[in-house]
Formats: sequence, structure tokens, C-alpha cells
Amino acid sequence: MNDLGSAFSTALSLVASADPAVAQIVLLSLRVSLTAVALAALVGLPIGALLAVSRFPGRGGVIVALNALMGLPPVVAGLVIYLLLSRSGPLGPLGLLFTPTAMVVAQAVLIAPILAALARQVLEGLWEEYAEQLRSFGAGPRRAVPTLLWDGRFALLTVLLAGFGRAAAEVGAVMVVGGNIEGFTRVMTTAIALETSKGDLPLALALGLVLMAIVLGVNALAQAMRDAAAQWAG
Amino acid sequence: MRAPDTILPLHVEGLGYRAGGVDILREVSLVIEAGAPTLVIGPNGAGKSVLLRLLHGLLAPSAGCIAWSGMPGSAARRQAMLFQRPVLLRRSVLANAAYPLHLAGLPRGECEARAREALVLVGLEALAGRPARRLSGGEQQRLALARAAALRPEILFLDEPCASLDPAATKAVEEIVANLAARGTKIVMTTHDLGQARRLAGDIVFLHRGRVLEHRPAELFFAAPGTPEATAFLGGELVW
Repeated sequence: MNDLGSAFSTALSLVASADPAVAQIVLLSLRVSLTAVALAALVGLPIGALLAVSRFPGRGGVIVALNALMGLPPVVAGLVIYLLLSRSGPLGPLGLLFTPTAMVVAQAVLIAPILAALARQVLEGLWEEYAEQLRSFGAGPRRAVPTLLWDGRFALLTVLLAGFGRAAAEVGAVMVVGGNIEGFTRVMTTAIALETSKGDLPLALALGLVLMAIVLGVNALAQAMRDAAAQWAG
Repeated sequence: MRAPDTILPLHVEGLGYRAGGVDILREVSLVIEAGAPTLVIGPNGAGKSVLLRLLHGLLAPSAGCIAWSGMPGSAARRQAMLFQRPVLLRRSVLANAAYPLHLAGLPRGECEARAREALVLVGLEALAGRPARRLSGGEQQRLALARAAALRPEILFLDEPCASLDPAATKAVEEIVANLAARGTKIVMTTHDLGQARRLAGDIVFLHRGRVLEHRPAELFFAAPGTPEATAFLGGELVW
């Protein structure tokens, strides 16, 4: 109990003093996860919107597959990217394995299906409402995609935040493709896993606190966004 | 003398529409000419809304044909439609009015100029920066009218535009519609409100159970309807 108490107070002082090692790990985490969300959004949101507006045979199957991919285990996503990037893999010559870039790619692969599936759900309702009016203006489903992405912007921001929360909290994918190299590919989650197993509880706790604060902040932001949207859109 | 590029008159021949094994419209033949508004009236379920959607191209007919005049393919761009419940985008009033113009590929500056002009027409210029979905019901329908008018359509379809509006808002919408008609836009409109039909119509299309029973100038129709169904409908009897 005493151990835990002293670990906690050391952790707080680490956070309060903005310890450079802690700061470096936090910044890398944010950089990797934010870049991954941006990449995944570029691919996932348009796919979600296209899926919301198009009707084709097998659409139901695609939606089921996408929803299933939302639960893709991070280590599996990491493994797939590992195989692609490993020296004997098809993308091996790029030399990306155990770099932050590989971690970005793995997290993007992990959350792109989440963004696409959630965007599909959000935009389908919007499309039902808009379809007839847009067709009257001469806009078919394809042309409607940018309109829906813009008009659904508030709801899509919460989708993006959900994706960011997932990316920032996962440990499996970044561990497998990043390798948890100190000062290079060590992020909050992998550091927490390592320091805990090493018994360095203060550092693990400090990082855990920062991670919790970030996740809380993201959720508060999501709530504020929803309120603002309700205010604006009526 | 008619401008050579007009899409009117519109010839409709033997138009039919089936859905779910039921004939919604049967053998509708009409000629819609440029000029005063054409009002489509008739009991609920007569097929008024379906007729407008077929003419506007939102539904594909099961039978018959709809032939616009003028250059082939030019008709789609020169018509607009207003729905009973306006569908406004989650954007500002001005952005809503400009949206179809952007879709039509007009240069940005012209989109905004034409959208502002249309807002003046419906008296919403002071609200240009407001979010469209926070407007009142009457203001929303006026904005939908402005958005349609900004396209400068040759023909404008209106499907019960005042059905959910109070009298003051209805009056405002009617004034705008009359104004558009006076500027040369052909109006084709459905309504439940016989007073509104009398106020606006140049000619009346009376629909009953999916058939056109009468298509005559409004003053003749209201003075002496030519069918027992229309007589009963005008007399306020329950007709279906």
C-alpha cells in the first residue's frame, strides 16, 4: 500500500515537472495516433459515405464485414502490417519496420474500418432525408458524397474522436510493428506495459494518468461538439 | 412567338404509374403550356404528388411518355421542385440558396450574387448568415422557394408547399409564387386548398383516382365543373 502511495506521488511529480522522457513519449503517442486518424479519415470517411448512398448486390455483406472489422484485434492488425513490412515481406525494401511510420500505418489500418462503419451509420440517415431533394437538383449518389460529408461534419467529428480514442489506447499494433524502442518508437501504451513488467510503477502510473487525461479530454470535446451541433442544426 | 430554346409546352401521353401492384396513375394525357399557373387538385390519394414527381423525373413512369420541347436533354436543368416539407441543408441560409448553383457548375461569384438576389425576392436577405434549420416553418419554405428560384427554372413544380404552414406564411408563399409566375416562370402546383387554387390558377387539372377528369381554364372549371366528381369535390362533399 505504501509502495502504491509513493509510486503515485512520484508519478504526479513526474507529470507536474513535465519530465523530458515522459514528454517525449506523450508527444510521440499523439503524433502517431493523430496522423493515423488523419490517414484513416481520408480513406474511411469517403468509403463510409459511398456505402451510405449506394445500393448494390452484396451491400449487406460488405456492411457486416465492416462492422466485424471494427472489432479487429490490434495485435492482428499489427501482425498483418508486420508481415507486409518485414524484410522478406512485399514492402520490406522500404525499411519501415520498427519506425513511427509503421506504427502510423498499423493504427490507420486498425481504425479505418471503424471510421467507415460509423460514418456509414451516421450518413445513411442524412442521405434518406436529402436524397429526393438532391436528385431534384440533378445530384446523384456520387455527387452527394461530398455534400453528406460536409453536412454531417459535427457527427463525423465525434466519429473521428472515437477513432482517436481507439488508436491512442491500443497497445498491440504499435508494439508489434514499432518494437517499443526507447526514444524512437516508445509510446504511452507500450511504455506502460514495459515499465509495469519491469516494476517501475511511477513512470507507468505517470503515463497512465496522462493517457486517462487525454481520453477524458477527448470525450469532453465530443460532448461539447454534439451540443454545438444540436445548437446549430436545430 | 416563342423563344426557340424553351422546354414548354410539355406533352404527356398515356402516362401510367404502378407501385405494389396498384395503379396510382392511369392514362394521363396533358399538355402543359407556358403562361399562368397550372393547379393540380383532387382528393387525397388521387395521385397528385406522384404526377409531379413523374413530370420532374424523380419517378420513372410505368407507361406512357413525357415529352419536353426544345433541345433533347436540356429539360432537366431548367426545372425545379419544391416539396411539402422543405429539405434544407445544415448550412447557412445563403449557402442553401447557392448550393444548387454550385452543383450546376456556376462560377463562385455568380452563385453568391444569384443566391442573394433570390433571398431578396423572398424577403430573407437579412437572415443570410443564419443557420437554415433554425428558421421557422414559413421561413424555411420561403428559403426553399428562393433556392429553386435562384436556379431560374423555366418550370417550377410545387407539391403542397403550404400544407403545413399557418395563414400568414401561406400568404407570403403565395405572393412569391405569384411573383415568380408574373416573371414568366411556369408554375405547376398541387394543393388541398380550393381558395388557394382559385387565387393562383390559370388552369386546373382535376385528378380523381389516378385519372385526369378535367383540364380546363380555372374560371370555367370553378363556374361549371364538367364532371359529377368535380362538382361533388367543389361542393365540399367527401370524394375519394
